[in-house]
Amino acid sequence: MFEIVIGLEVHVQLNTKTKIFCSCPTSFAHEQNTNTCPTCLALPGALPVLNIEAVRKAMSFGYAVNATVNQRSIFNRKSYFYPDSPKAYQISQFDVPIVEHGELFLDLEDDTTKRVGITRAHLEADAGKSIHEGAISKVDLNRADTPLLEIVSDPDMRSADEAVLYLKKLHSIVRYLDISDANMQEGSFRCDVNVSIRPKGQQEFGTRVEIKNINSFKFVKAAIQYEVQRQIEAYEDGYYEQEVYQETRLWDVAKGVTKSMRGKEDSADYRYFPDPDLRPVLVTDEMMEEAKKIPELPDAKVARYVDKLGIKHYDAVVICAQKEMAYYFEAMLESNIAPKTAVTWLTSELLGRLNKAGHDITESPVDAKTLGTLVSKIEDNTISGKGAKDVLDYMMESDSRDIDAIIDELGLAQVSDDSAILAIIDDVIARNQDKVAEYKSGKDKLFGFFVGQTMKASKGSANPAKVNELLKERLG
Amino acid sequence: MITLKEALTKSKEELAEIKTEIEKLARESELNAYIGFESSGEGVPILIKDNIQVTDWPVTSGSKILQGYIAPYDATAITNLKKNGMMAFGRANMDEFAMGSTTESSYYGITKNPHDLNRVPGGSSGGSAAAVAGGIAIAALGSDTGGSIRQPAAYCGCVGFKPTYGMVSRYGLAAYASSLDQIGPITQNVEDAAILYDAISGHDPKDSTSAEHERVSIAANLDGNRKLRIAVIDNYIEAASEAIQKAYAETVKALESAGHTIVHKNMQNTKYDIATYYIVATAEAATNLARFDGVRYGRRAEGSNLSELYYNTRSEGFGEEVKRRILLGNFVLSSGYYDAYYLKAQKVRHLIRDEFGAIFDDVDLILSPVAPSVAPIIGSIHDPLDMYKSDMYTIAINLAGLPALSLPVGKDEETGMPIGLQLIGRAFDEQKVFDGAYSLEQTINYKN
Ligand SMILES: [Zn+2]
Repeated sequence: MFEIVIGLEVHVQLNTKTKIFCSCPTSFAHEQNTNTCPTCLALPGALPVLNIEAVRKAMSFGYAVNATVNQRSIFNRKSYFYPDSPKAYQISQFDVPIVEHGELFLDLEDDTTKRVGITRAHLEADAGKSIHEGAISKVDLNRADTPLLEIVSDPDMRSADEAVLYLKKLHSIVRYLDISDANMQEGSFRCDVNVSIRPKGQQEFGTRVEIKNINSFKFVKAAIQYEVQRQIEAYEDGYYEQEVYQETRLWDVAKGVTKSMRGKEDSADYRYFPDPDLRPVLVTDEMMEEAKKIPELPDAKVARYVDKLGIKHYDAVVICAQKEMAYYFEAMLESNIAPKTAVTWLTSELLGRLNKAGHDITESPVDAKTLGTLVSKIEDNTISGKGAKDVLDYMMESDSRDIDAIIDELGLAQVSDDSAILAIIDDVIARNQDKVAEYKSGKDKLFGFFVGQTMKASKGSANPAKVNELLKERLG
Repeated sequence: MITLKEALTKSKEELAEIKTEIEKLARESELNAYIGFESSGEGVPILIKDNIQVTDWPVTSGSKILQGYIAPYDATAITNLKKNGMMAFGRANMDEFAMGSTTESSYYGITKNPHDLNRVPGGSSGGSAAAVAGGIAIAALGSDTGGSIRQPAAYCGCVGFKPTYGMVSRYGLAAYASSLDQIGPITQNVEDAAILYDAISGHDPKDSTSAEHERVSIAANLDGNRKLRIAVIDNYIEAASEAIQKAYAETVKALESAGHTIVHKNMQNTKYDIATYYIVATAEAATNLARFDGVRYGRRAEGSNLSELYYNTRSEGFGEEVKRRILLGNFVLSSGYYDAYYLKAQKVRHLIRDEFGAIFDDVDLILSPVAPSVAPIIGSIHDPLDMYKSDMYTIAINLAGLPALSLPVGKDEETGMPIGLQLIGRAFDEQKVFDGAYSLEQTINYKN
């Protein structure tokens, strides 16, 4: 009876080499307050200079989500006092963001897609970090002025699951574009959720509540579910007006609840105005053309895998969701193996083993070229599928990547030579004359017995298809 | 005092002697123009306004809140000085954060006018102008946001130049109003101003608002014989005192006698100048000064929690005028007032620029008063609005981003105080401003 309305604001830390308004490195520094300079410390007289690399990355995001990239955008000053904000204002695009009116598509469970609008994406400077130690608070400004791209969605999501799908898609896109490390735990992909409810059929939106401080997809889901429940209960109990008002709440991981962060009356006036230290960002046609050169993105990849490679949609979505997985898959195909076989070996054999070891595809001890080569050995009958699994097991534990040597060492070479197999078959027949007689008298089931005996005598090295074929010949 | 031009020809040993002499005179002086005697670099000593960063110097913008702060870097203007045979020597007193027209609001006390110790030297670069006019500095750097170089130069009887916005890097100038601020020279004569301007000017990648225009030496091309079309704004002059009007009329005659063509013009939008300026400047200032919070540097007041720390630090650290402008700036930016004040001021700013543009379609320069009166008596201005009004001739030039040079043209017979006028030029046309000023200086032959 209620419709859930969700919009998301995601802060993506761009992986530029230097900060957005000074030349300090963005790399992780062990020593606090060392990646700093007069500008990011906000010393008197220091001035910001825009890092064009951040602009390029924001633009490529714009093109990736089919958005408008504004040729002229503006940086504003957003005023608020906090110790980790050295200038006491954040430089952020307010009036005219660099990216507007985009969209992305969610892959729903039933293999259909759903469009989610992207209102805007704008560049801004990150704050430093506050470290609270009992009565003392410390400030580390290494992160201050790191470039952020804030991506704001339209309120198009209707469930916690859709919100998570949106985040995963967005995550996947920024990773494909290589514009961010997008690590939620480390804070380079941060998410604020806006949630409201309204009775089904009602046109106007309910009161929007913002939830901050959510650092995993799992918590996003939990936080939305909790907040929706809270709002529905308030509505049903007749306390909606009193309990649900426009505010910012925090997700309390330990308690599994959202908590009010600041009061209703305390809505901040950021006093935005154009930053006079920075000229408007003017994007040249050449920059536009350059930024349009983006890699193949998940949606296009899925379509290609399905249409050109004949892979199941579901498998394609799974593989394309993660850039590293898709690139691994494509590298496997360079060994000229059947795409469907490659899917099986990647998603069940390799991932199964990696999951057991608690590894991600990026941490796989076996690289794509090696796995592709191994699969090609099945296809050219050098080894059996089972033999290949043994080789993979072996490689998971050892450093050797010489597949031929491993096959030799494990004695897995498959015999496809007719005369060699026939010799074994003849031997098996000679030793089992009684069974031959039974078979010939009509006990067809015994065929499996002869296959088994032959395979056993070959120590598994005989090509099973050949064994079948030759046995049929011999047994008549 | 030796001129900058001459000092640049002196040997290292001679300059050391000159510097020692200057320090001796400055320490004995009653003007309170110097608030420090720090040195940085080698060459001709130039006095530096206390809002321009010099490595290892305490640079405080004349404020209590920056007590204890040591600058860790050189402003680009200082770097450029050092490349051109000059050094930074001494900190010049100023109105706190360059907000004032009298140099009475400094944490270091009042600077006095060398022509009359009972009068103000003007501001905010009052220390720089008083020192140059008072013979205790060869030349000085000031900063001009709404007249802060030109007005004290006029009050003290020396030359002050505000460059076209963007010609001198603002990197290292503690910001008052970022879209208006410019560093510029205060000198004994026009040629020295050209030399010092040439030295500090240049494109700076550290300042996004720095102009990429090619810099051609003004001093090397200085031409007092160039004949120019100079506008006088008839309806502009009425608000000035009788003495200023008289000096203005005599200057017009002098310019004509020197062969320049005088053209009469009117300006319509001048009555909006002050309001526009005080909206734009305070909005920018409110945010520029927000960084002085006691957290990272400068003077911190104790507090039992974060908001108390902020409150006490800023209440104790800032003076009255600075607080007034911060409040005003936050007001004009606040939601509900932004459109009525800030946005409208930006529109008026365009009108002001356009009106200057229209005049410069016809003329090379505009002659204008710098201030409506001579330097006032110390403590005589009580209403801040009276002080704001005294900026009426200078602020429009900053709003339009134009170059303007103030030079002394005579003295008030009644008080004996110097009178300065300014020549305003087209944006990036500094050469004509200097040429016209050089011609006027030679024609009038003002003596301090
Ligand atoms: Zn920095």
